[in-house]
Amino acid sequence: MAVCIAVIAKENYPLYIRSTPTENELKFHYMVHTSLDVVDEKISAMGKALVDQRELYLGLLYPTEDYKVYGYVTNSKVKFVMVVDSSNTALRDNEIRSMFRKLHNSYTDVMCNPFYNPGDRIQAFDNMVTSMMIQVC
Amino acid sequence: MDASEEPLPPVIYTMENKPIVTCAGDQNLFTSVYPTLSQQLPREPMEWRRSYGRAPKMIHLESNFVQFKEELLPKEGNKALLTFPFLHIYWTECCDTEVYKATVKDDLTKWQNVLKAHSSVDWLIVIVENDAKKKNKTNILPRTSIVDKIRNDFCNKQSDRCVVLSDPLKDSSRTQESWNAFLTKLRTLLLMSFTKNLGKFEDDMRTLREKRTEPGWSFCEYFMVQEELAFVFEMLQQFEDALVQYDELDALFSQYVVNFGAGDGANWLTFFCQPVKSWNGLILRKPIDMEKRESIQRREATLLDLRSYLFSRQCTLLLFLQRPWEVAQRALELLHNCVQELKLLELKSLGYLCGLVSEKGPNSEDLNRTVDLLAGLGAERPETANTAQSPYKKLKEALSSVEAFEKHYLDLSHATIEMYTSIGRIRSAKFVGKDLAEFYMRKKAPQKAEIYLQGALKNYLAEGWALPITHTRKQLAECQKHLGQIENYLQTSSLLASDHHLTEEERKHFCQEILDFASQPSDSPGHKIVLPMHSFAQLRDLHFDPSNAVVHVGGVLCVEITMYSQMPVPVHVEQIVVNVHFSIEKNSYRKTAEWLTKHKTSNGIINFPPETAPFPVSQNSLPALELYEMFERSPSDNSLNTTGIICRNVHMLLRRQESSSSLEMPSGVALEEGAHVLRCSHVTLEPGANQITFRTQAKEPGTYTLRQLCASVGSVWFVLPHIYPIVQYDVYSQEPQLHVEPLADSLLAGIPQRVKFTVTTGHYTIKNGDSLQLSNAEAMLILCQAESRAVVYSNTRAPALGGESDMLGMAEPHRKHKDKQRTGRCMVTTDHKVSIDCPWSIYSTVIALTFSVPFRTTHSLLSSGTRKYVQVCVQNLSELDFQLSDSYLVDTGDSTDLQLVPLNTQSQQPIYSKQSVFFVWELKWTEEPPPSLHCRFSVGFSPASEEQLSISLKPYTYEFKVENFFTLYNVKAEIFPPSGMEYCRTGSLCSLEVLITRLSDLLEVDKDEALTESDEHFSTKLMYEVVDNSSNWAVCGKSCGVISMPVAARATHRVHMEVMPLFAGYLPLPDVRLFKYLPHHSAHSSQLDADSWIENDSLSVDKHGDDQPDSSSLKSRGSVHSACSSEHKGLPMPRLQALPAGQVFNSSSGTQVLVIPSQDDHVLEVSVT
Repeated sequence: MAVCIAVIAKENYPLYIRSTPTENELKFHYMVHTSLDVVDEKISAMGKALVDQRELYLGLLYPTEDYKVYGYVTNSKVKFVMVVDSSNTALRDNEIRSMFRKLHNSYTDVMCNPFYNPGDRIQAFDNMVTSMMIQVC
Repeated sequence: MDASEEPLPPVIYTMENKPIVTCAGDQNLFTSVYPTLSQQLPREPMEWRRSYGRAPKMIHLESNFVQFKEELLPKEGNKALLTFPFLHIYWTECCDTEVYKATVKDDLTKWQNVLKAHSSVDWLIVIVENDAKKKNKTNILPRTSIVDKIRNDFCNKQSDRCVVLSDPLKDSSRTQESWNAFLTKLRTLLLMSFTKNLGKFEDDMRTLREKRTEPGWSFCEYFMVQEELAFVFEMLQQFEDALVQYDELDALFSQYVVNFGAGDGANWLTFFCQPVKSWNGLILRKPIDMEKRESIQRREATLLDLRSYLFSRQCTLLLFLQRPWEVAQRALELLHNCVQELKLLELKSLGYLCGLVSEKGPNSEDLNRTVDLLAGLGAERPETANTAQSPYKKLKEALSSVEAFEKHYLDLSHATIEMYTSIGRIRSAKFVGKDLAEFYMRKKAPQKAEIYLQGALKNYLAEGWALPITHTRKQLAECQKHLGQIENYLQTSSLLASDHHLTEEERKHFCQEILDFASQPSDSPGHKIVLPMHSFAQLRDLHFDPSNAVVHVGGVLCVEITMYSQMPVPVHVEQIVVNVHFSIEKNSYRKTAEWLTKHKTSNGIINFPPETAPFPVSQNSLPALELYEMFERSPSDNSLNTTGIICRNVHMLLRRQESSSSLEMPSGVALEEGAHVLRCSHVTLEPGANQITFRTQAKEPGTYTLRQLCASVGSVWFVLPHIYPIVQYDVYSQEPQLHVEPLADSLLAGIPQRVKFTVTTGHYTIKNGDSLQLSNAEAMLILCQAESRAVVYSNTRAPALGGESDMLGMAEPHRKHKDKQRTGRCMVTTDHKVSIDCPWSIYSTVIALTFSVPFRTTHSLLSSGTRKYVQVCVQNLSELDFQLSDSYLVDTGDSTDLQLVPLNTQSQQPIYSKQSVFFVWELKWTEEPPPSLHCRFSVGFSPASEEQLSISLKPYTYEFKVENFFTLYNVKAEIFPPSGMEYCRTGSLCSLEVLITRLSDLLEVDKDEALTESDEHFSTKLMYEVVDNSSNWAVCGKSCGVISMPVAARATHRVHMEVMPLFAGYLPLPDVRLFKYLPHHSAHSSQLDADSWIENDSLSVDKHGDDQPDSSSLKSRGSVHSACSSEHKGLPMPRLQALPAGQVFNSSSGTQVLVIPSQDDHVLEVSVT
């Protein structure tokens, strides 16, 4: 389903990043990193307009030839970025949204773990992410 | 159409279609009104109500008026909408019935029949009236008749299908009205026709679309139909609706392609599955690309053709809608879509790698591909052929030569970077920059690539993206290697060698690069390449031996560090050096103790935080403030000079934010050269943790701070510039110290107690035969026990020797002037100084020991008539119980006839802690008693708990003086009930009789100012006073008086007074007090201070020298009898002096009188005392 899922800290360093074709990991790292530009842009644009009833889902950040990059930002400015294969047209906005919501829930669970230090890399995420990556493909 | 107002180049409007309206009838008439008509028709907007719930729209109508021909009418099945006549108008000017009947009616009928044959119902008959004509012909019927006729003949129920237009070419209000009515009618009818015909068309189109699953269905055919609709909307200026048609087509096509990819292939799609031979550029200049349209119509279009045609149409409409930004947005989507779809249709993708970016330049295969590509581009469009800067030419140029490609590539890249930077997409800009750097590297221009790589790396470092960091560093390493930046290259290599994201081989490679460089003989010996340590190895922990990091001079200190080598292979290090900063500090020992408590590491291990986390500069990873209180005391008296707060890690907090990224630059590391170093040579650092031990002998006392850690591998030096947290060790040379302290809480005077001597040897080594010499004060005895022992402790913390010897010290329990008598229950203390000669010093150490006296003693004189007793009260203040024995009271005076008879029977008496014991002696004398008596009380004491002591303890002594103890006067008071009564009653006056009796003749003590002599008879003045403090009695009349008392034995003075009992019961008698009444005397006045004298002078007028002051003034002073002199404030008043307690004996004290309540009292108050 998703080919790459990343959780990025408020300070823009990756808390978690995983991609399925592991040989191309670097490409996805670059892709996710570059997408932060658009995330920043969208957040600052949104900050002006809607502060209270903010929509967490940022929508399509940018498409590339092969992939589409979607973004989501939590209230604490933690960013979720998901890269999806462009050829997978079955994925509509709503599916992406619900995937992000799932990711957000898992992230909240991680934060609730008393042994997790906020700001550390996230370890216990793989199961959920794997399920999201495999689900449909 | 607005086109008439907008001077746009006509080329854009090749699609100048307007809805067609046919004109039949009088052509000349029509030609005459045509200019006005075509001008007026679009002027007013008209509301167009739509079917299918679409929102109504205001539209400006325009029409293309053509002459009516039967061919114009669409045949059955023709779906063309553009050429469809929407309205048919018949024009006539006829106003003559004859003419009408003759020609016009037939003509109209014919016209109507044709229309009916084609089932066209959208028609209109216009009758133009002309005033001029009307005037010429007088025999005309009223004009209405013609209109009525026509209406009757043709418009059965639709009378509105016939309109009158009067005087169209005149300029009158009537003309205007008539025009307006006509135009409105025309517009309404046009719109009606649109609605009807378009609705029909749409229905047909939908039906066609529904058939798309049938085998023979063709997308191209359907495309043409729906496009027709789009054209009509465009014709009606409804670009939005037109765009919707194209979007629908787009979506439908995309869906088909997607389905095709999913295996659900439609037949017609195979048309598109042809090899791509041509990739003509997309032309947005023309609103409609007829070539492509035709090819679609012929079903010859390729996917690219269809896509680009659709896109060009969408763009045209978007531009009409003035939304150019959507063009760009859709363009990107289109490109991605096309690539995707081409892939789905398994076509050969547009590879345009023509070897232009390769290092060798294009090879033959690439060249072939280039030629193909150029051919595919097709011929240049004629309209742009003449311009020099056409995109076509640019692309062609770029593809034909390496240089040109390079130029264009660079131009584009720079423009992109600039654009990204200016819109704030820094990351994207860096990413493009990295691409550019790769290009430069391929082009062998590493000097140009470096800046881009550095920029990108800085960005990744700042945000902590490990993988991009590694990748970019790898590229940078290559770049630096090419550039010959040795230091930078080595540093990057060391970073890469420690990078866990690289494979083992790669890491080894980079490690080997460093080692190779290090091993090669340097051209300039002594030249060092200084690199930061953290990538090479990390300092994990440090451990001192001794663990408190305090050594005495000459001692050996071990520093054991754990270094975690980041290298993938074992590295032989020639030497590891720790630079140590030395500072002499005065209070080094005290400071160390403080340091130890603050750094209470259980085992003396100092841990270093891991130095470079992968995300170093995020704001929250800054170290926490380490604040400490600071007190600076004056060296002389240890008073506080300054105090404040010190931040210990300022250097961590206040460094520049970028400095962490400049760690990449070796320039930041400076090698410190210090005199003090810890060195360890020839160490092989295995990958992972390594233990390295430094050994040093402490030399100068002071504080040593570990500053830098360097490891040298050949000419490469890895330097850790600051060791943090601060690590220090102290070297001290401590003077030997002697402490003397009691074993118990405090020392008590008079009994043997143990005292502990602690010798802290410090740097002094105790030799055999060393001794401490104690010189003590006389009052303190030192009792040496038979087995005098000393225990030597070896302190593990400091190599100091502690000696301890027990000694018995005893302070003589004496009370001299030295004692500080304090009030309260505090024990009196005595200090005794002991001076001790130590073998390590020529000076004696003087130590003061404080002893507390365990007892407090008070004495009192008791009288019984003339018999006298001395009472001594001993109070034990200490926590110990004592045994008292052998109490003595001796008269130290020289009066021989005085005898002290003890009334104490027991010789031994215990006195418990916080308890008192009383001793009483009777004083007896035979001759005249002495005026004063000096006594010394002594009592032996020993701690009750201890068994018999070997030594005799000195007794406790107490000396005191008793003066004027001999009874001179006896005072006796008696109360008698009123005469005739048996008892005193409350409220009734009773008589008080006071009897003052002199008991002795003239004595030495009587000789004072009050004494007067006359005829060998002496008398003294006394004042008596009756006071009842318990308010039992009311003294009536004079309560005091002065009497002259003869100084002779048995001289008696009797005073009568009236008193009244206030309560009933046994009441104690009121007090009778006796004072010596001293006359005013100058000698006394001289004791007053100067101020009083001045006051005295001013008041001298009031002076009254009578010796008999009135009772009231005396009464006021009665209660302050003893301090009268200070009360008088200089007035020359007689003074009162209380008689010493021993001189007056109140023989009636303690007696009580029965008072019975008076009979008329309702309330009986009984006071029992």
